[in-house]
Amino acid sequence: MEITAAEALVRCLELEGVELVFGYPGGAILPVYDALYNSKQIKHILTRHEQGAAHAASGYARATGRVAVCMATSGPGATNLVTGIANAYMDSIPLVCITGQVPTVQVGTDAFQEVDITGITMPIVKHSYLVKDPNQLPCIMKKAFHIASTGRPGPVLVDLPRDVQDKKIKFRYPQQLDLPGYKPTYRGHPSQVANAAKLIRKSRRPVIYAGGGIINSNASEELIKFAETISAPVVNTLMGLGSIPGDHPLSLGMLGLHGARYANLAVTNCDLLIAVGARFDDRVTGKLESFAPEAKVIHIDIDPAEISKNMIAHLPIVGDTKTVLRALLEKIEPRDNGEWVKQVQRWKEEYPLTYDKNGHLKPQYVVEQIYRYTKGQVVVSTDVGQHQMWAVQYFKFNRPRGLITSGGLGCMGFGLPGAIGAQIGRPDETVVLISGDGSFQMTMTELATAVEQNLPLKIFILNNHRLGMVRQLQEFYCDKRYMAVDFQFDLDFAALAGIYGLRGYTVTSAQELGRVLPRVFDEPGAVIVNCLVDEDENVMPMVLAGRGIDQCID
Amino acid sequence: MLHTLAVLVENNPGVLARVAGLFSRRGFNIDSLAVGRTDNPAISRMTIVVEGDERTLEQVTKQLHKLVDVIKINDITKEPHVERELVLIKVQADRAARLEVMQIAGVFRAKIVDCGPKTLTVEATGTEDKINALEEALRPYTIKELMRTGKIAMLRGARYTTVK
Repeated sequence: MEITAAEALVRCLELEGVELVFGYPGGAILPVYDALYNSKQIKHILTRHEQGAAHAASGYARATGRVAVCMATSGPGATNLVTGIANAYMDSIPLVCITGQVPTVQVGTDAFQEVDITGITMPIVKHSYLVKDPNQLPCIMKKAFHIASTGRPGPVLVDLPRDVQDKKIKFRYPQQLDLPGYKPTYRGHPSQVANAAKLIRKSRRPVIYAGGGIINSNASEELIKFAETISAPVVNTLMGLGSIPGDHPLSLGMLGLHGARYANLAVTNCDLLIAVGARFDDRVTGKLESFAPEAKVIHIDIDPAEISKNMIAHLPIVGDTKTVLRALLEKIEPRDNGEWVKQVQRWKEEYPLTYDKNGHLKPQYVVEQIYRYTKGQVVVSTDVGQHQMWAVQYFKFNRPRGLITSGGLGCMGFGLPGAIGAQIGRPDETVVLISGDGSFQMTMTELATAVEQNLPLKIFILNNHRLGMVRQLQEFYCDKRYMAVDFQFDLDFAALAGIYGLRGYTVTSAQELGRVLPRVFDEPGAVIVNCLVDEDENVMPMVLAGRGIDQCID
Repeated sequence: MLHTLAVLVENNPGVLARVAGLFSRRGFNIDSLAVGRTDNPAISRMTIVVEGDERTLEQVTKQLHKLVDVIKINDITKEPHVERELVLIKVQADRAARLEVMQIAGVFRAKIVDCGPKTLTVEATGTEDKINALEEALRPYTIKELMRTGKIAMLRGARYTTVK
């Protein structure tokens, strides 16, 4: 029996086990939405902006590890997805993004709502397809899901002209894939693994530098075992937080420009740096010459292009972090670097993360109290800015996929839609959004989506009435010439909650916060807590631009 | 240093844009790029000449490999290989100059492929050096138009850049 390509698309999604599509309809994708009408398996989440759909899909994928699907119409629908796609690309998140396109005959004519979305997104997708032959669609969808979810995950875009969606095809979902240019390496080369074991044996001061690759490969268990076996402290990238419990004795939390001093000290003084699923991002390394200057570097990554891209690896192992760590564990005996671990512990005690507890309500205190109250048993989504750094400094993430945040792109506005996706993906858990007044206002339009979907999000806005991170940069780099960082209009977020039918609170002191917290978490529905925090607080420690991470200021 | 890469790609729409876009956004310099289909119509072959040190080349190669459409990359710079470029040069050649231009073409084993009232079009193939030399030799006669294909290259003997 013949079905339309639009119907075939929905069948493909169903066969891939898709249960949710985040999207926003429009003219050029009408047939697909019409086909979705008949699907019993797939629920469509209507956002209020396509960026929200892309971020929510991303949040869902981050929280569940599954491929998420977002959908938009041609032209502005497609361009509104772009930020979300870039965000997923930078953080290696598996998305399949489906866009409508003007009819094939109009492609290239500047037709109404036409943009070349495959062209626009070329640098920010893992791969993309413009479907011209409807018969190819099942095969393309199969490839799209395969490419998005395997190797180093990432977004794949499928652009579907309107006329193609209506064409009838004989549906057959392929079993086999023909992708001669795409063969990710999972198993680390055995001799490289053996050599790594040798380096580990020789090392007296090893540090494991673990990133999002651990989360993506669900290799947390292996990482912890590995760290314990070789007796090595673990520093995490932003994306890697939760890969080892934040309260594990070997965990040093986040390293880098706003990392704890002890984490950076450990890296600076180590003799062996074992990078696992991390990519030596500039926000991690600071000045490269001062990054782990005494160390041999083992770099384990599934993406060969990451190896020696920023920092030369003495011993590269291309492969999946889980598989490689397992192979390594077979090659090494337990080691005791007691002296080194003790030294690191001393640094931890000597240079703890801290802040001035006097005066106004401190944003760090708010995060600490959320952690204390929830015992860390929640999923935290954040936006981007000062609040994000405080959230990751003062909240201990004790399991993988407990932190949903925009790392590589640093995308303000991700928080709320990201939390929506995470909550939909993990309905039985409490999802907390820690945001700032700047970031939140970028996508707060998605509050409607959250209400519509009955999502009991616990939203904390660390409100300093300004773009705190930019202001902090201006304080240090622009001689305190504060430009375009103070909000003149004071938005009452608690009142805003009321408009959406949600409970809203404003807290201005530690006492108020203490009173409000139980109510927030007892409330069955979503809550917004407008936390009026100390406006002049800075994120510390901080490594100034061009400096090494050994030179942070407190 | 210039490196010559022989690259096999799937003959899919947009593959050239993907490769070219990759070079520009990662800041790699393409010296020349020639592309055409192979004996297998599903596969195209590119010869890319790229400038950079070993480390740049390593990155170029790895980044190219990340493109799903790229099947195989061979850096053949240091391997024995044949390389050729084709050039068409339209030279101003009135009656007085005509013979000289033809003689120069003869020296380079180039062919005269078109003869206009005031111009001659010279076709030549060879290494980049030879093409450069021919161009210089013809420059005094006033070059009206010139088009080079960019280098194409192939390993010598029993070594191949092919899909298994």
